[in-house]
Amino acid sequence: MQLTKPITYLFAALMLVMVQSANAALTIDITEGVDGALPIAVVPFDTSALTVKFPVDLAQIVASDLNRSGVLKSMDRAQLPATPHYSKQVQYARWRNAGQDYLVVGRVLEKSSGLYTIEFQLLDVLKQRQLVGRSMPAKKRNLRSRAHQISDFIYEQITGTRGAFDTRIAFVRAQPDAARKYVLQVADTDGFNPQNVLESDEPIMSPSWSPDGKSLAYVSFEGKRPAIFIQQLATARRTKVSGFRGINSAPSWSPDGKHLALVLSKDGSPDIYTMNTATKRLKRLTEHRSIDTEPVWNHDGRTIIFTSDRSGSPQLYEVSVDGGKPKRITFEGRYNAAANLSPDGRYIAMVHSDRGQYKIAQLDRETGNLIVLTDSALDESPSFSPNGKMLLYASTRGNNGFLFAVSIDGRAKHKLSDQAGDIREPVWGPFKSK
Amino acid sequence: MKLNPGIKSWLLVTLVVAFVSACTTTQEELSAGGDGAPVLDESQSGSSAIADGSSGSDGAEATGLDGADGGDGTAIVDYGAMTAMEQLNRTDGELADRTIYFEYDSAKLTSESIAILETHGNFIAGNGEVKVRLEGHGDERGSREYNIALGDRRAQSVRRVLLFQGASSDQVETVSYGEEKPMEMGHDDAAWSKNRRVELIYTVN
Repeated sequence: MQLTKPITYLFAALMLVMVQSANAALTIDITEGVDGALPIAVVPFDTSALTVKFPVDLAQIVASDLNRSGVLKSMDRAQLPATPHYSKQVQYARWRNAGQDYLVVGRVLEKSSGLYTIEFQLLDVLKQRQLVGRSMPAKKRNLRSRAHQISDFIYEQITGTRGAFDTRIAFVRAQPDAARKYVLQVADTDGFNPQNVLESDEPIMSPSWSPDGKSLAYVSFEGKRPAIFIQQLATARRTKVSGFRGINSAPSWSPDGKHLALVLSKDGSPDIYTMNTATKRLKRLTEHRSIDTEPVWNHDGRTIIFTSDRSGSPQLYEVSVDGGKPKRITFEGRYNAAANLSPDGRYIAMVHSDRGQYKIAQLDRETGNLIVLTDSALDESPSFSPNGKMLLYASTRGNNGFLFAVSIDGRAKHKLSDQAGDIREPVWGPFKSK
Repeated sequence: MKLNPGIKSWLLVTLVVAFVSACTTTQEELSAGGDGAPVLDESQSGSSAIADGSSGSDGAEATGLDGADGGDGTAIVDYGAMTAMEQLNRTDGELADRTIYFEYDSAKLTSESIAILETHGNFIAGNGEVKVRLEGHGDERGSREYNIALGDRRAQSVRRVLLFQGASSDQVETVSYGEEKPMEMGHDDAAWSKNRRVELIYTVN
């Protein structure tokens, strides 16, 4: 990842139209820790060279990012044996004695007002050497994003897997007592910087990210009927792409960004269609009097996985994008719906129910094993992180919906909690382009 | 039969009010029993207004007309002499029942529900100026999009009975809200059974 690139481009990607300031930020609670997570200490970055107080705590953002992964466990700040800011200030023995495998040190320099240089080093405590060191420019506006990029660097250095901290999530917030009852929002993966995409008095549903991360497709009932819209995030310009009689629902972007899969009932019962987003031409993929819904594309763009109750209860099926006979792919449990595919296509996450409880489960398509990842009663809307290591989902607690993330081995789980409203339908956005 | 003068003048007022509002909003939703259901305002567009951040006019919520009390319960009512709107405004009688309930993951109608819907179907068939919107709903369990499909299936079940009774297909519109608009907020069987429903929302042109 190259971080010295002009950052104007990143700004453009982050710039969403704010209908009004979205004040309720999400906060993170780690609900389940993980045995065997690798210990890492992130020392507060040195900001003593700055003329004005630095607005964010970079080390804190990085430490909590790494904790959420379940792979790393950052040391409690109060326990840090020292506060070095350069590798040459580090006495490795002290960190080894404190049980740490890795150490992150850094500092912030000011080039001009509001223009910074962030430098950091990731050190291997046992080998007593630097693994990686970087210097990156930063502006006041993108400091949190820069911190997430540092987390991505560290995560990739240690695990070999690309980090997904510097990405975004979209979700729907219902606020029954507010003037606008439904809000589609986009936020950072730690819940910060929530920004409104659409506000409405009528339900908003089923957001789907375009593969380039620049647009969202969603369902809005604002005309008292469902319609599918595609909205560019930077400009808020949007197009209604489907407003047929009956159901217009469950949009899902193809991997090449040229098609949407969607559900229409204009010809009778709900069926799966694809639409060329340029020509709006439709192709019908299923034709069955049962419910067919929730299409998602396989990573190769050749097949679509969807929910159907043609066997009597909802199960997942797979159909070619050219049509033909769908093949059933789930057999365990009476209820399997709302599929979401890992980026490599190996895993299918779904809402799974056996005895009246609705949980998130994951099917390994190579082994055929289905594992249940959550243990509450009303879980829904699973969505993979772009690196395939975490699943975001919604769960009801009391009278509100909250977002949770669970590692795909089910070992680490955290909650994105929130004081106001009822949050649902999270979808994890793609990697930002390098 | 004769309505007593008090009721007569009340109905007159109701009709005038209804006429005036019909002129301003093109269509007026009637809620049985005056439960404060929002008026269906067909004139709203609400598309670009939301996206560009200006507050649109689509958010307007008004209160449905209160149901006219058709009397003390002993009066004999001659439906034939009443306008469609008068009949819909009655809080008693067969047309006042406008919510049909369903079992879990089912769109099957009970015989009681069919009887209620037959009355509605006859009424719609006999009053060409009447339209009905069937709003299908589900409980919160399971996936949201599957529940949209389930709400649609329930609305279609209701629609079939109405059409069978002679309602014309352009008088009957369906929409499914899935689990997005629960009637009850709880997370137990009592709440769920109230949320699995189809609501009949009438308009009179």
